[in-house]
Amino acid sequence: MSAAPRPYTLVAELTYACPLHCVYCSNPIDFARRRDALHTDDWRRVLREAEQLGVVQVNFTGGEPLLRPDLESLVEQARALDLYTNLITSGIPLERERLERLRRLGLDNVQVSIQDARPAESDRIAGCEAFEHKLRVARWVKELGFPLTVNTVLHRENLDRIGEVIALAEELHADRLELANAQYLGWALLNRAALLPGAAQIEQARSIAAAARKRLEGRMEVVFVVPDYHVEFPPACMDGWGRRFLVVSPDGLLLPCLLAHTLPGLSFGNVRDQSVQDLWVSSPGLAAFRGEGWMPEPCRSCARRTIDFGGCRCQAFHLTGSAAATDPACSLSPDHGLVEAARAGAARPPLVAFTYRAARPHGASAR
Amino acid sequence: MIAPAARPALAAKARLRFDHASGGYMLLYPERGLALNPTAASILKLCNGELTVDAIVEQLQREYAERPAPELRKDVLDFLEEMSRRGLLQVAG
Repeated sequence: MSAAPRPYTLVAELTYACPLHCVYCSNPIDFARRRDALHTDDWRRVLREAEQLGVVQVNFTGGEPLLRPDLESLVEQARALDLYTNLITSGIPLERERLERLRRLGLDNVQVSIQDARPAESDRIAGCEAFEHKLRVARWVKELGFPLTVNTVLHRENLDRIGEVIALAEELHADRLELANAQYLGWALLNRAALLPGAAQIEQARSIAAAARKRLEGRMEVVFVVPDYHVEFPPACMDGWGRRFLVVSPDGLLLPCLLAHTLPGLSFGNVRDQSVQDLWVSSPGLAAFRGEGWMPEPCRSCARRTIDFGGCRCQAFHLTGSAAATDPACSLSPDHGLVEAARAGAARPPLVAFTYRAARPHGASAR
Repeated sequence: MIAPAARPALAAKARLRFDHASGGYMLLYPERGLALNPTAASILKLCNGELTVDAIVEQLQREYAERPAPELRKDVLDFLEEMSRRGLLQVAG
């Protein structure tokens, strides 16, 4: 077993509830079965214990973290601990007064998701009318003096409008723009046939993003994240399992990533029963893929094993059936053919409608 | 090039934080953080939007008296330039 390194970032998933129904949501498919189990005092303790362990940043996310009426109390606790405090939100439901309150409590950064540069297209992905309010929220964020991050998830339908997305972020005076291609896990995997772009589309978008990054240097940070399906080697998922990120799910599990509790056979302790410190060091689920001991070939003898840590465990499980396999996104994986086949499929136009994120997935609603 | 009369300040998104674990300072911003060496931390602590680059260099010369002045000045300017390029520093004239 590998010794527990120091975590830097706490991802606090305050709830899985969300007014939006995004077709690539990163929450588990069975999110509706998982209840919000942590009370305000539990979350405040989690923040204190995480800080003692070395955490310096907290991302309040979900679901939609604004749905927690105790968000203010948690921001206050985070700032009392001098944590860099980031709210990751859809902007719904939010009124300006609440944002002002969060500003006074010391919230450091607000990240607003925008699904597309155009209203109808954005609302189609979100599965509800949200676009206009998101723009209002983004403007309030800047008016109140917050730094603004705009996050847009990219996929086949909106990649060709990446220039419009960049222009919109500029118009909103965003400090940071995340152009993050969907990663095909959870709801996005369910909708992969309708979302996965082809290589040429990715390449064109990448060059537009690169030009914008250069042009906007020093003013707006532009981040472009390629989908794992279109790389030669996978990125270091979560910077390595149980290494820099500590995720606490709405049901109280201490996880290495957003979906680890959907992997079979792993047990993750609950912060209601044990301290963050104890779980970080000795949870069997965290120990399972920490370090290099678990690695199969070709990872075990690969020079990149300390760079990508074997890639994404969830992707390995969902594509091969084994969470301990080399990430099939890697061109060296014996299962890479699975990704190549999906990529080849992406070259053909889809005949598939979306499955919207919902408590009980209802497929094929043509909107 | 940063003007000697410019008054650098940390960007709105960036915040300095003392790190108990390492005993040094970190510069935190969305999704990222930089572990600063003592010199970098000394420089950024002076970037308050009031002191000019000249005044910052002058203060640092007192703190790092053993360093030749032109060398220190160049290091400070290079560092400020780099931070500004990364969008972590605002350099108002």
